[in-house]
Amino acid sequence: MENIKHHINDGLLISYAAGSLSEAFSLVVATHVSMCDACRVRLEAYEAVGGAILTDTPESDSTSDVTVDLNATLALIDAGEKAPIRVHHTKPGLFPSALQSYVGGDLDSVKWRSVGMGVRQAILPTSKDASVRLLHIPAGCAVPDHGHRGTELTLVLQGAFRDEFDRFGPGDLEIATEEDEHTPVAEAGADCICLAATDAPLRFRGLVQRIAQPFLRI
Amino acid sequence: SMKEQEDLRFVECVLLIRDAQDKAAFAELFKHFAPRVKGFLIKSGTDASMAEECAQDVMATLWHKAHLFDPTRASVSTWVFTIARNRRIDMLRKQRRSEPDELTWGPEPEPDAADVMELQQESTRLVQALAELPDKQRDLIQKAYFGDLSHSEIADETGLPLGTIKSRIRLALEKLRHVMK
Ligand SMILES: [Zn+2]
Ligand SMILES: [Zn+2]
Repeated sequence: MENIKHHINDGLLISYAAGSLSEAFSLVVATHVSMCDACRVRLEAYEAVGGAILTDTPESDSTSDVTVDLNATLALIDAGEKAPIRVHHTKPGLFPSALQSYVGGDLDSVKWRSVGMGVRQAILPTSKDASVRLLHIPAGCAVPDHGHRGTELTLVLQGAFRDEFDRFGPGDLEIATEEDEHTPVAEAGADCICLAATDAPLRFRGLVQRIAQPFLRI
Repeated sequence: SMKEQEDLRFVECVLLIRDAQDKAAFAELFKHFAPRVKGFLIKSGTDASMAEECAQDVMATLWHKAHLFDPTRASVSTWVFTIARNRRIDMLRKQRRSEPDELTWGPEPEPDAADVMELQQESTRLVQALAELPDKQRDLIQKAYFGDLSHSEIADETGLPLGTIKSRIRLALEKLRHVMK
C-alpha cells in the first residue's frame, strides 16, 4: 500500500526480528508488514543484523561430536522426507494470511460480539502476556474515551479513524503508550475495521465502561 | 575478501541441496552453522541438551526448505538465523509465530548473479560494521537479539547504534525500488 503514513517503530520491529515480541504484538506486526513494503524492507534489514550476530556467535564449546550430530541430523532428514511439511494455503482477501489463520478465514468468518455503542469486537486466541482483537467501529461512531496502562497497537485494515493525534487510514498503525489518552472516531462513509493489541488493560474514563470492562475483557 | 567468498559458497551449497539433495554440501553447511546455532540458542537461554536437539532441527529445516531460500534477499546466515529464531519461539515459549505474507514474485529459480553478489557483499559489510562497533554498543545489539531487551527498552536505548543498521536499510530500500521497477 502506497499511502501508509504511520509505521512500526524500531523497538517493535527489532523485537519482532529478534523473536522476543509477544504473540499478540507479533500478529499485528506481521499484518502491517504484509501491507507495507517500507516496513518489510526494514524488517529484512533487522533480520540481516540477526544473521550477522549469528555469524559472530562463538561456536558452543561443544562436548558433542560433530560427525555424530551430522549423522543424527541426516537421519532426521530421512524421517522427515516420509512426512512432508504441510503447506497452509489461504485465499487472498482483506486479511493477510497470518490474520486469516487466527480468524479461521477472512472478514466474513469473524465471530463478532457487541461491546456497546455500536462497536463490535472479536478476541483472537493468543498467549496471555498480551491480547489482540478485531474491532468493528461503524462509520461516525467512537470507541469510548480511554487511556493505556501499557502499549496499545491499533492497525487499520479498512476505513479510517481520527483521534486527538492524527488520522489513520488503511495500513496505518497507531502506537499509544501510558501517556496517551484518546477517543478514536471512525470517519463517516465507511465502517472501520481495526486489529488492536494491548499488553495491559485499557483505562476507561466513563463509569459504565469501567463496570463493563471485566466482562468485555478489553 | 575471504568472508565474501565464504558467503557465496554457502549460497552455492543451499542451491546444491535444493537441486541435487547434495549431502556433502549439507555437511559443509552443518560444520559451519550447527555449532553457531547451538551457541546462539544457549546465549538466548536454552540449556545445552535442548540447544543440541534444536540445532539439529534447524539444520534439518534448512534441508527441507532449501527451495524457499532467496539469495537476492538474504544471506545464508540471515536465513538460518530466522529458522533458529522461529524454532526458539516454538520451543521456549510454545507460541505461534506470525509471518508476513510472502512477496508474490517469490524466489527466482535462477537468481541474477549480480543481485546475489550485491546482497552477499552487503551482508559481509554488515558483519564488519558490527565487529567494528565499540564493545558496549555491540553488547546491547546482541542482548536485543538474544531476547534480553523488551521492545520499549530497545526504543528507549539511546546507546543502540541504529545508524549502522540504518545504512544497511538504505541499501535495502534502494534495492527494493530497483526490483519493483
Ligand atoms: Zn510500515
Ligand atoms: Zn487506545
